[in-house]
Amino acid sequence: MLSLDLFANAIVAGVLLGGFYAAVAVGLAITFGQLDIVNIAHPAFVIVGSYIAYIVNSKFGLDPVLIGVLAAPIFFLVGIAIYRIYYAAFERTGQESLSGLAFFFGLMFIIEVSLILVYGVDYRLVRADYIGDTIQLGFVGIPFRMLVPFVVAITGTTAIHLYLSRTFTGRAILAVAQDRQALQLMGADPVRIKQFAFGLAIATTAIAGSLLIIIGPVEPSVGRLYIGRVFAIVVLGGMGSIPGMFIAALILGIVETLVATFMGPSWAPAVAFGLLLLTLAIRPSGLFGR
Amino acid sequence: MKISVFWVSVVALLIAGLVFTEVVGNEYYFTALYVILQATIMAVAWNILGGFTGYVNFGSAAFFAVGAYTSIALNKALGLPLPLLILAAAAVSGLIGLGVGYLTLRLKGVYFAIATLAMAIVLETLVTNWAFVGGARGAYILTPEDHLWFDSYIHMLFMLMLVLTVASVAISRKLKSSRLGRGLAAIRDDEVAAECAGVPTLRLKLISTTVMGAMMGVAGAPYPFFVTFVDPASAFNLFVAVNAIAMPMIGGTSHWIGPVIGALLVGSMQEITTVSVSSELNVLIVGVMLVVFISLAPQGIVGLVQKHILKRRR
Amino acid sequence: MKTMMAIARVLAILALMASGSTLAQEPIKIGFSMALTGGLAGAGKAALIAMEIWRDDTNKKGGLLGRPVEFVYYDDATQPAKVPSIYTKLLSVDKVDLVVSSYGTNEIAPAMPIVMRKKLVFPSLFGLAVNDEFKYDRYFQIMPAGPKPKTDWSKGFFDLAMAQKPKPKTIAIVSADAEFALNAAGGARKNAQRLGMKIVYDKTYPPGTTDFTPIVRAIQATKPDIVYVGSYPPGSVGMVKAANEVGLKPKMFGGGMVGLQFAAIQKNLGPMLNGIVNYDFWVPEPTLNFPGVKEFLAKYQKAAKGKGVDPLGHYLPPYAYAYLQVLGQSVQAVKSLDQGKLAAHMHKTTFNTVVGKVKFGSNGEWAKSRMLFVQFRDVEKNNLEQFAGPGKRIVLHPKDWKSGEMIYPYKK
Repeated sequence: MLSLDLFANAIVAGVLLGGFYAAVAVGLAITFGQLDIVNIAHPAFVIVGSYIAYIVNSKFGLDPVLIGVLAAPIFFLVGIAIYRIYYAAFERTGQESLSGLAFFFGLMFIIEVSLILVYGVDYRLVRADYIGDTIQLGFVGIPFRMLVPFVVAITGTTAIHLYLSRTFTGRAILAVAQDRQALQLMGADPVRIKQFAFGLAIATTAIAGSLLIIIGPVEPSVGRLYIGRVFAIVVLGGMGSIPGMFIAALILGIVETLVATFMGPSWAPAVAFGLLLLTLAIRPSGLFGR
Repeated sequence: MKISVFWVSVVALLIAGLVFTEVVGNEYYFTALYVILQATIMAVAWNILGGFTGYVNFGSAAFFAVGAYTSIALNKALGLPLPLLILAAAAVSGLIGLGVGYLTLRLKGVYFAIATLAMAIVLETLVTNWAFVGGARGAYILTPEDHLWFDSYIHMLFMLMLVLTVASVAISRKLKSSRLGRGLAAIRDDEVAAECAGVPTLRLKLISTTVMGAMMGVAGAPYPFFVTFVDPASAFNLFVAVNAIAMPMIGGTSHWIGPVIGALLVGSMQEITTVSVSSELNVLIVGVMLVVFISLAPQGIVGLVQKHILKRRR
Repeated sequence: MKTMMAIARVLAILALMASGSTLAQEPIKIGFSMALTGGLAGAGKAALIAMEIWRDDTNKKGGLLGRPVEFVYYDDATQPAKVPSIYTKLLSVDKVDLVVSSYGTNEIAPAMPIVMRKKLVFPSLFGLAVNDEFKYDRYFQIMPAGPKPKTDWSKGFFDLAMAQKPKPKTIAIVSADAEFALNAAGGARKNAQRLGMKIVYDKTYPPGTTDFTPIVRAIQATKPDIVYVGSYPPGSVGMVKAANEVGLKPKMFGGGMVGLQFAAIQKNLGPMLNGIVNYDFWVPEPTLNFPGVKEFLAKYQKAAKGKGVDPLGHYLPPYAYAYLQVLGQSVQAVKSLDQGKLAAHMHKTTFNTVVGKVKFGSNGEWAKSRMLFVQFRDVEKNNLEQFAGPGKRIVLHPKDWKSGEMIYPYKK
């Protein structure tokens, strides 16, 4: 059963899937990993991104990825608005741990149910010319449906990584979680920095959503399935680290695909989350944590 | 004085329940109340860990489902009667709760919450692949013919649930007002400080996770007999988990009565909207109420009332 | 004190609930729960439209027994847990005269014990083998699976395969990890074993699977002659796309894929569908032009506009209309609402409905299976209208309804 081409294809498929997971998780690596905001509604925003891609794509036939990029600034503003509420209600009063968690939990449900009320629960799909085509490299096949999200994901996460490590604002974001006072002394307003970072994180979900709907059909409650996965990735990746997150996403993608290929797909989710539970129990700082 | 008021009302409530089963023939009220009571137990149980101890459990549905599936499995394998099934469910879910308690050794705050979520998914996958209880296909439970002296089976289930609810409320109240409750509060406020002050934090946390797990298992055990068909998707429904969090948050987490108020209020509102408007609106209402309450009144209804009373006294 | 207040609140709620109830009056009330939100809402809403067309048609003709027909229904949100309380409310508060089922196995089964206790006839809409567990003699399933629903479900697929030369020898079975798909795959497994086929791949995948290529590759590695898929819409779309990308080319592919019957998904998949052999219940082929079905579909398509449901309404809606036709015709025939008489009549009569002649067997399933197996042909890209007419989904089996020959092996 363990044939080489099957194995090679599984690894390639896993890498592609992992790249997509990274696109979904990168925003959370910023909010949860660096800002300490447990945005459990993150996948719900991804679904909103998918729906926007679906609506614009079915009306005007634009490319889903392009729609995601165009929608990102709007998501950015929405993110800022949400952070303002979060800050005023929880962070300022120091209740972010329990109430903040419940806040995002409620937000997730509001988003999901609103989508259902407006669009129903039917599965939505997008059209793009490359969906359905495959590149064949020897015995390894690479479907465009997975390749496009992978390429977009790797470009996006690299850009964010460079931004965070090279620019002043980016470094300030990295600093805000570690030392607020120092940041204030440097003349930056921590609240504004966090607000900007949160907006950035939500903006990434617009693109991640468009990638999700390229891969397969989407309905409002699909987002829930990603909660565990994306948190697993961020934790495995050692919280705030973007490269760590990316590697963790690849690991998860590869493990899931290998299990699906060789053991049967029904065990794939348990293996991924078992990995997470184990990491949490043995090394809570993640694989790449300090 | 206060104790006697509590116990008098407990007895009154149980008698009222019995009278209710005798006087009212309409079965709908019993099914509706059953759902509300089930939610109450879940809320009370969640609050023991979430409200008293400060650890957020996102995996409530898993404990509930383990309770339900324990009773399916034992009923199928040994044909045990319901009271024994409830005890068994309490034991199994309690054990899982104990395991989760050990997680708190290493995981604080958010990490713990995510671990419970992951645990729920792992357990769901296990049940989905467990053919004996039907796997993903689901399991049928035929309602037994026997229903003691009650007019019908649902009357009996309702009364059973009422007793279980009252018992969980009493346990939660006892926990809160005992030394144990003060220890839990100390953990919630500052775990490190509590540890330094000589509070046996681990033991207390283990007790509260175990009690929480057992209670949720108890809430789940009669569920198969109530719906007669259980599949993993409906037993592990995230909605169960949402309710278990939202109800105490809305009612108020600091007092034992908070989850009860929250569950009765939200639960009856859900039943009414289900038959009058639509079920999705239900979830929306819970979500909106949750967000509004924790943003504007983080202490819940109990907190609002307390504030009001304090103001008056001044 | 606080507990007393809690009690007072419960009583207040009860009073509120009671005030909503009304006394039984002149019209005949038919009660049911329906999935109007949640996972099955797309189908549930389409069914409701069809049922309302039946109600209006019936009332235009003077109702049943000279009384107008009225519906009392509640949304079960595709949550089985909601179903028992809805049916108890229908029976004890709304005091409906007749009940019919919600859509789907998971929503039908929880209603059974309640309906059985009151000994009501229970026409049901698309549940697979519900009565295998309950063995209730007043249950009537409109889905034409047949007397042994679990195996009859896929029998046609295997009959077709066995009629080919050379006979296929190996089969891969893959299904979603959920109730219907597992039962379908289980039946397929039995059929394959009965015919002595070698099962080379037999796995399930969980809901929420993002990428189906690993599954398809694993299947491809076993080189099966035919592939049987039991899946729900997301999996059906994922499997078809992945099979195309990977280049999986068995001689026959399909079987029990839910979703490929729906116009929106057909439009999206387009030519990728060509060659697939899948089950269906009604397609616009000349052999299935039953009296009344065209008129019904015209009404449906008008009513469905802008409601976000299937615009063509081929798969489920005619049956949602038909299960009420069966009930209505029985009431007219026995001239009463006596449940025992109704059940007796339904057991012995052959009904004329928009889905053709319906005759129930002793277990309440169709006495003879009419699972259609259709093959997609000449499907063009991005075109919804093409599915409204004949020629795109050729009926291959059973032979009474056949409208063409199978292309075998399955090729692009």
